[in-house]
Amino acid sequence: MRYPYYPGCSVGGTAKAYEESLLAVLERFDLGLDELDDWNCCGASAAPSINEDRAIALSARNLALAEERAGDTTPVDLLTPCAGCYRALLAAQWSMAEQPAVASRIDGALQAVGLRYDRRVRVRPVLDVLANEIGIERIGDAVTRPLEGLKVACYYGCLLVRPNATFDDQHNPTSMDRLMEAVGAEPIDWPLKTRCCGGSCYGADPFSGTTPQGALSLSYALLREASRRGADAVVTSCPLCQFNLEAFQGEMTRRFDSPIDLTVGYVTQFVGLALGLPERRLGIQRMLRWRLPEREPVAAEGGVHARA
Amino acid sequence: MRANGRKRWRPVTDQSKFEAHLDPGFAAEIAAEVQDGDRLLGCLQCGTCSGACPLSMYMDLTPRRVIELTRAGARDEVLGSYTIWVCASCYACTVQCPKQIPITEIMHAFRRRAFEAGVYPKRFTNPVITRELVAMAEERGRSTESWIAMKAYLRTDPLQLLKHAVVGLRLMLRGRMSFKRESMRDRRQLAELLRAVEAAPAGSGPAPSEPTAHEPVPAAEGVR
Repeated sequence: MRYPYYPGCSVGGTAKAYEESLLAVLERFDLGLDELDDWNCCGASAAPSINEDRAIALSARNLALAEERAGDTTPVDLLTPCAGCYRALLAAQWSMAEQPAVASRIDGALQAVGLRYDRRVRVRPVLDVLANEIGIERIGDAVTRPLEGLKVACYYGCLLVRPNATFDDQHNPTSMDRLMEAVGAEPIDWPLKTRCCGGSCYGADPFSGTTPQGALSLSYALLREASRRGADAVVTSCPLCQFNLEAFQGEMTRRFDSPIDLTVGYVTQFVGLALGLPERRLGIQRMLRWRLPEREPVAAEGGVHARA
Repeated sequence: MRANGRKRWRPVTDQSKFEAHLDPGFAAEIAAEVQDGDRLLGCLQCGTCSGACPLSMYMDLTPRRVIELTRAGARDEVLGSYTIWVCASCYACTVQCPKQIPITEIMHAFRRRAFEAGVYPKRFTNPVITRELVAMAEERGRSTESWIAMKAYLRTDPLQLLKHAVVGLRLMLRGRMSFKRESMRDRRQLAELLRAVEAAPAGSGPAPSEPTAHEPVPAAEGVR
């Protein structure tokens, strides 16, 4: 099966490894991605700050493309790796469902350019598909090289569960923790799993020159707490979170009191490693820092991990 | 007057507002524009939003005060605050609010007004990025991270460009950043779509022309 796929702008750039690892993991379960033809940027959290209707129209076009792509099936499961895109698509759906005036304006505009949105789309983030479509148990069964001894801090970020949570608990989501457990890692107890990383400004420090240390201090607080609690790595499922937590660690070490040096990867990379997929296919070489505790070498043939 | 007993004379700087300075319709205007925005009229002033906000310590007005000032009609204070630009749109306040006030959406409504009035801080990264990103998304159908970051640095603090050059270079070496400007194919269709949305009667009331077959428009729906 191939999921209609809305990549968003980040996976073409800083989050290339997310898409690569996602493809590799899906392929392992005979699933694929079917990228929407000529999709457009969702406008992220910025678009509603300029014009709400146009923001909804940006996402409505993508929803219409997804239906077009999928044909007559209902529901259409539209997979998106980015939490920002996920929120924008959901916001468009909700506005159109709850505000008839908005719906009629958007529908009219879509019609004017020969598109049509029939409310058949279900927007599915990567974590949702991994945990609830493929299934945590099935992924656990397919593990050939469990991530034994790897302590991970599971970071869900803000927009995956807010303002509405479609597939997990809003205040204490657990699907990523359960998934990491299933692949042999040890999720640490970490209360900051949905706290904002400050990354809504595309990794730029939004307060440079104006409010010193603003956004950086948010990601610093997350990383410091994760390392204090013994995490070897932070697992993310959002391109912006990943970038924001990974790219500015040097800057954090310079500005704040404790040095920060943590591996920050995508959930699909960690799952992929446990499935025994080659690092190159998971885009590990693209990461700015990647240091995990040594694991035992792969068992030669058959792929079953031999415990010492 | 002072704790040490010595009274010292100071000129009075009066910061109180007079009713003539206030805009009594401000709260109603916001309430009508934002979905469920009328809940802000029932704000308890409990401060849960300010406590939930990871950035409230960097704001000049906490979210709680912004809501109260809105109710009081202090339009200039609210639209001129840094708060509405410090907000990272993480929705922590919105999901914690006991009165379920859509605070984040209300912040966006403030931003739209501040942009319209031209009162946003011109060298603050958030408004700069917001405008650049949306302009790029609407015109090219794609946003290119490297260009947004570059433009934001140039417009706010060009020194940052040098400071982050190393990170940029490391990303480029790993194939994670390029300066090729992304674009979608059918930019005309997107432009037409956006124009059609603009052309549809906005603000008050459902569009009078042809409600679509599968989504009939109830006549009573007044606000958007």
